[in-house]
Amino acid sequence: MARELLKGNVAFAEAAVRAGCEAYFGYPITPQTEALEHLSTRMPELGRTFVQAESEVAAINMVYGAAAAGVRTMTSSSGPGTSLMMEGLSYLAGSEVPAVVVDVMRGGPGLGNIAPAQSDYLQMVKGGGHGDYRQIVLAPSTVQELIDHTVLAFDLADRYRIVTVVLADGSLGQMMEGAELPPMRHLRLPGERPAWALTGAIMREPNLVSSIHLDPDEEEAFNRHLQAKYAEIAAAEVRFEEYRLEGARVAVVAFGTTARLAKTAITAARAEGLAVGLFRPITLWPYPEVQLRALVKRVDAMLVVEMNTGQMVEDVQRIVAERVPVRFFGRTGGVMPMPEEILEELRRSAHEAEAAHQEEVSA
Amino acid sequence: MTVVAPEHAMTPVYEFPDSLTSVPTHYCPGCTHGIAHRLIAEVIDELAAKERTIGVASVGCSVFACRYFDVDFGQAPHGRAPAMATGIKRVAPEALVFTYQGDGDLASIGAAEILHAAVRGENITVFFINNAIYGMTGGQMAPTTLVGQKTASSPAGRSLVGQGAPLRVSELLAQVDGAAFVVRRSLHDVVQIRRAKKAIRRAFEVQEQGLGFSMVELLSSCPTNWGLKPDAALDFIRDEMVPAFPLGDFKVPEAETAGAAGAGTADSSAAGADAAGSAVAGRARRG
Repeated sequence: MARELLKGNVAFAEAAVRAGCEAYFGYPITPQTEALEHLSTRMPELGRTFVQAESEVAAINMVYGAAAAGVRTMTSSSGPGTSLMMEGLSYLAGSEVPAVVVDVMRGGPGLGNIAPAQSDYLQMVKGGGHGDYRQIVLAPSTVQELIDHTVLAFDLADRYRIVTVVLADGSLGQMMEGAELPPMRHLRLPGERPAWALTGAIMREPNLVSSIHLDPDEEEAFNRHLQAKYAEIAAAEVRFEEYRLEGARVAVVAFGTTARLAKTAITAARAEGLAVGLFRPITLWPYPEVQLRALVKRVDAMLVVEMNTGQMVEDVQRIVAERVPVRFFGRTGGVMPMPEEILEELRRSAHEAEAAHQEEVSA
Repeated sequence: MTVVAPEHAMTPVYEFPDSLTSVPTHYCPGCTHGIAHRLIAEVIDELAAKERTIGVASVGCSVFACRYFDVDFGQAPHGRAPAMATGIKRVAPEALVFTYQGDGDLASIGAAEILHAAVRGENITVFFINNAIYGMTGGQMAPTTLVGQKTASSPAGRSLVGQGAPLRVSELLAQVDGAAFVVRRSLHDVVQIRRAKKAIRRAFEVQEQGLGFSMVELLSSCPTNWGLKPDAALDFIRDEMVPAFPLGDFKVPEAETAGAAGAGTADSSAAGADAAGSAVAGRARRG
């Protein structure tokens, strides 16, 4: 495949097609609507399913049905829509069916606006629906990663029978940049649908896709099973990037678009002689806890930058456990942090780290 | 279990449907869910569709319907069964897909999902159990509760002021172009039960023929939460519910309405045997 100039929303929609998505259900919402529009043409021309649902509530339940029937399926939305999907996502988790959700985050709370934000971190990473459940969350920072993560999301969802979220933001959805689409994969044949799926009980006992366990002991046992699966995922699927952390005294911790902005700031800071680098979680769940904890021993301070008022920073603080100072810088409401602002914060962090270091030396 | 008449020892007159499991139901004595289950299962057997049927249970007393039907089953969030069934049917068009929903599930919290499944002409079959009350949670007011009916959450009786009149879903959905077959039947006596079975069969056939959305509303009893004995509960359906929810065919495929004048019901053969029911059906059609 050749590199081409692609808009983020169209790129992930087409990546889903090529990853073997057989059914898409969605509802128009800015800033992800181009994905729905692309698939409204693309899916029918390939003989696949596209339904514009009456709401995001219906869309996620259509996904639930198609997933229960054993095909690769997805929806995409943005905050006001993903909020409506929380009920469905809990049921998907509770019945262990695989599906992909792309959340192109925008400013909130409430109707907010349509500008880029990262304020659905807590909703998606911690679980906005009811009950003890997790979903894999991938955080792309380029259009290429948005494509790659969408394909990966389908594979992970199937491998673990879990919902996998691609957590993008309005800028990634709307921007155009050079990227390469994956080759078209073969679709699963009807006879290749998973053994647990609802396909009609031919030559087997009937299957049941349900999240109900009325007996508390049974429900607890099911939760233990889920937790064991989550532990397996946490051990095998952590993804992260380290950027210019060699010799760094200060580490920026940022994901998605913010990490990309931070790289520009880090290049400028390095030019000023500041020893700074970037730690970028790619999986927000499972979080790269072990790797971040190890980083504590290598740096004197951390600076968490997000497009929200401080959501991932709670995880960083928990993992760092006050062993090094953690500063937070966030812009929110659809405002993006500029590299110059991040650079200024980096200078402060670097000076504080230097001062603390001097204090230690003189003590 | 097979019971045979002694003079025709080789001819079964009663058989347990293959499409039901032998699990004892949790339904209360006198509840008509069991009858509705059985009728649906008998029709699945008659259509030889057991191996390609996928049901979707809802939330309410029938949440465990999935345990009683011996076919593949999903269990949807409250009110969302038509959306889940949409997802299933779109990727398994050869399957016979049905939802089984109560009145709180379908007519209240799932009002949008049922309406838009009909709007899309979704090729699924819906069995709508209308017993005018929330059963599972202990007898609260439903959107189909009768005016003046006392429930656990309308202790003074449902009032037109502030609570409104019962929602007639079949009449509503019959207005939708995508709905191919929408009828209301009752389970309060043997004649009505036989008519209900014919409607269930026709609804499945409409789906098999790809004609679009089909729904059979079944007036049903809830003796426990109505505070009535089982036989009195059946009388309540006949005397109180049928006047509020007229039985009849609200939408049938055009070929059927274009048939013999005055006999355009889906189960017109039964109309002669039940003149009163036929008259009610006629009134409903005009409505």
